[in-house]
Amino acid sequence: MADLRSEFVGIKSPNPFWLASAPPTDKEYNVRRAYEAGWGGVVWKTLGEEGPPVVNVNGPRYGAIFGADRRLLGLNNIELITDRPLQQNLREIKAVKRDYPDRALVVSLMVPCEEEAWKAILPVVEETGADGIELNFGCPHGMAERGMGSAVGQVPEYIEMVTRWCKQNTRMPVIVKLTPNITDVRYPAQAAKRGGADAVSLINTINSITSVNLDSFAPEPTIDGKGSHGGYCGPAVKPIAMNMVAEIARSPETAGLPMSGIGGITTWRDAAEFMSLGCGNVQVCTAAMTYGFKVVQEMISGLGQWMDEKGHNSIDDFVGRAVPNVRDWQHLNLNHVTKARISQDDCIKCGRCYAACEDTSHQAISMSADRVFEVMDDECVACNLCVNVCPVEGCITMETLEPGMVDERTGQVVSGEHGDWTTHPNNPSVVAAE
Amino acid sequence: MGNSPHTDGIVAGRISADAVADNFSDLHPPLDDHEALVAADRCYFCYDAPCQTACPTSIDIPLFIRQIATGTAESAARTIFEQNILGGMCARVCPTETLCEEVCVREVAEGKPVLIGQLQRYATDKVMAEDKHPFTRAAPTGKAVAVVGAGPAGLSAAHRLAMLGHDVVIYDARPKGGGLNEYGIAAYKSVEGFAQAEVDWLLQIGGIEIRYEQKLGESITLETLQERYDAVFLGVGLGGVNALRAEGEDKEGVRDAVDFIAELRQADDLTKLPVGRRVIVIGGGMTAIDAAVQSKLLGAQEVTVAYRRDKSAMGASEFEQVLATSHGVRIEFNAQPVRVVGNGKVTAVEFARTTSAGGELAPTGETFEIPADQVFKAIGQTLTTDAGLTVERGKIAVNETGRTSVSGVWAGGDCASGGDDLTVTAVAEGRDAAMDIHATLTGEGA
Repeated sequence: MADLRSEFVGIKSPNPFWLASAPPTDKEYNVRRAYEAGWGGVVWKTLGEEGPPVVNVNGPRYGAIFGADRRLLGLNNIELITDRPLQQNLREIKAVKRDYPDRALVVSLMVPCEEEAWKAILPVVEETGADGIELNFGCPHGMAERGMGSAVGQVPEYIEMVTRWCKQNTRMPVIVKLTPNITDVRYPAQAAKRGGADAVSLINTINSITSVNLDSFAPEPTIDGKGSHGGYCGPAVKPIAMNMVAEIARSPETAGLPMSGIGGITTWRDAAEFMSLGCGNVQVCTAAMTYGFKVVQEMISGLGQWMDEKGHNSIDDFVGRAVPNVRDWQHLNLNHVTKARISQDDCIKCGRCYAACEDTSHQAISMSADRVFEVMDDECVACNLCVNVCPVEGCITMETLEPGMVDERTGQVVSGEHGDWTTHPNNPSVVAAE
Repeated sequence: MGNSPHTDGIVAGRISADAVADNFSDLHPPLDDHEALVAADRCYFCYDAPCQTACPTSIDIPLFIRQIATGTAESAARTIFEQNILGGMCARVCPTETLCEEVCVREVAEGKPVLIGQLQRYATDKVMAEDKHPFTRAAPTGKAVAVVGAGPAGLSAAHRLAMLGHDVVIYDARPKGGGLNEYGIAAYKSVEGFAQAEVDWLLQIGGIEIRYEQKLGESITLETLQERYDAVFLGVGLGGVNALRAEGEDKEGVRDAVDFIAELRQADDLTKLPVGRRVIVIGGGMTAIDAAVQSKLLGAQEVTVAYRRDKSAMGASEFEQVLATSHGVRIEFNAQPVRVVGNGKVTAVEFARTTSAGGELAPTGETFEIPADQVFKAIGQTLTTDAGLTVERGKIAVNETGRTSVSGVWAGGDCASGGDDLTVTAVAEGRDAAMDIHATLTGEGA
């Protein structure tokens, strides 16, 4: 059986599945249940500075996007950081960590952008025995209006400054949680690294309005007829998160910086994908909020089964394995030619490939009177749309033309050589070789 | 002591009122909102969809299902009603398993079609429950059309004609409209007076008058209708029943299945409707199955459908056969009645065993008896009046738009040649004839 144990910036956990800082980790009761269910670690919901706690709205905090059968695909929230007193949280963190020494317990923090505020909170967190801290530079709603959360995360200089304060004032590992509400995630990641961060975690939630009530013309969730943008998460955000992870992993300035992957992780497969893009572990929230803590059992068994099948003995065997294959478009091989192939045995004759290709693509699929659908190689540009709209998995596939074969669309013989845009004759930037 | 399934003879009240009510409840309970969304989501929105091609009324099924999926059941209903104004009844009685759902790509691929019939019911019920009629009449044309028969074909034709601005008078032989929807189909397919509710809803278009208890050939004639109206549409159905041509068919306890079903449909209290202890239904179509299943649901102890050919030739669909056998009805294939046995009252039917392999029906020489105290004949219906029109294979001869041999007279539904004897086919024929009548009366057609 594969070894799922994880060591992330020196923090050990029995598996790489942590609960992200969020409502599920707001108090002792939940966290104990999470550990009992098998979660490897927890990032305690964000603590603020000493004093009267923040308050939350008393109307709905969440909005959702659904797929078929009300499958929750995306969730948005306007909940703030913990609204419970700091001392109570600290007492509970200490008690839980004492009882579950083998589990990771990281504390998320968000205090004003003043060194004194950070100096005040770091020792009291350290005193709980927590394994590390995560700086919440991500929350895009509410706290950002008060100069915290994503308001910090959107200014690389602030990230660097606060990270440095923390590194100077605690022995605990410092994880910087990044907001996706920026144009290029590499700059905040670089700032965190410059500030001395042990790791970054990403992504926090994405600014969003999930829906508009067409009777009241108010965004949802609606509080007394009004709504505010909230943070979007869940399966819908996974592709966005994975791209940001990959950008940091393959950027020379930040390559090798430990990452904790967050964003719509729902199954073991999602986790494995994030980890293959360089994340040492993953954090989960929406899946737990949708299905309860038990989902971690499938993640553990699934990742273990896949690792066994693939011969990965430890998670280090596959972390980052996909990073070298993420490239700029200009380096993709233009001499790689594929054609769609429709398996007539698997085809159920719905005609969706035909409608998609005929109406919106390259008119490369023919339809006979008795509903036989076939690819016309002389028109097929291998766009893959037919594969994506086909309801039968594996019915339409892409076949690679071997070197020496003729691409009927272009009449060109397929080359075995790599040829990309950087050397393409149509590229005006190509400097002719002397 | 009251009666039970084991009481000999033809008696009422074999089972409790509660059991009867339960037995005759909706065959397919309606989908609720969430069930409809889940069912609608299974539709692949096929290109040039096979289901639409298979529908005799060519309803744009992928479109109406997508309209349901996006929360606009009213739009879905309009899509349905534009093609089939009796879409509500068809959603209940169509043999979808041999039409749209049979060719659904998910049926072909997985053996589980999209629930097209039930989704159609969901959409149409929603609009009808709100008592909304989605269509309005065009400007009056000044033309008047007589429609004979207020069944599916006649109602469909009348609605389309009224919508196009013509005035319509429907003549029907019975005291209620709906035709076989009201008198012919099994009760559990049209509960809570749906057939009448549908007629009332359909008439909301306006411009249609129904005159009841007016029978063609008796109180009205084709000639007088031709004189009084600009066009005539006949949708009179098949009023007669084929004879058994077996000795003793006049014995007490032998009757036509269609009469039994009509009586059952019109009964106020099914616990007062008598049925035999041992019932034999002779025939192999939907009527046979409807009579057999309903006999069983009334409390008959033994019910047998006797069909002279084999299973593959049976007119009733596989779904209907399974429905019957799951209710405890026995289907006896290759059994041809030769003699009704009994001294005054039927006590048994003697059958000759047949072979029908290869399509050729032949007796094997074996005979056998099945005991019975009630026998229903369900071996096909016949045209009762041809009104002087050309008849072909027992039905009024029509072309593809319903024109008969006489100019100005159209026909459709079961009484006319072509098409299966299905509600949905009748609706299509009535609609298409109406379009041709309209084209003719307004000079837009040939």
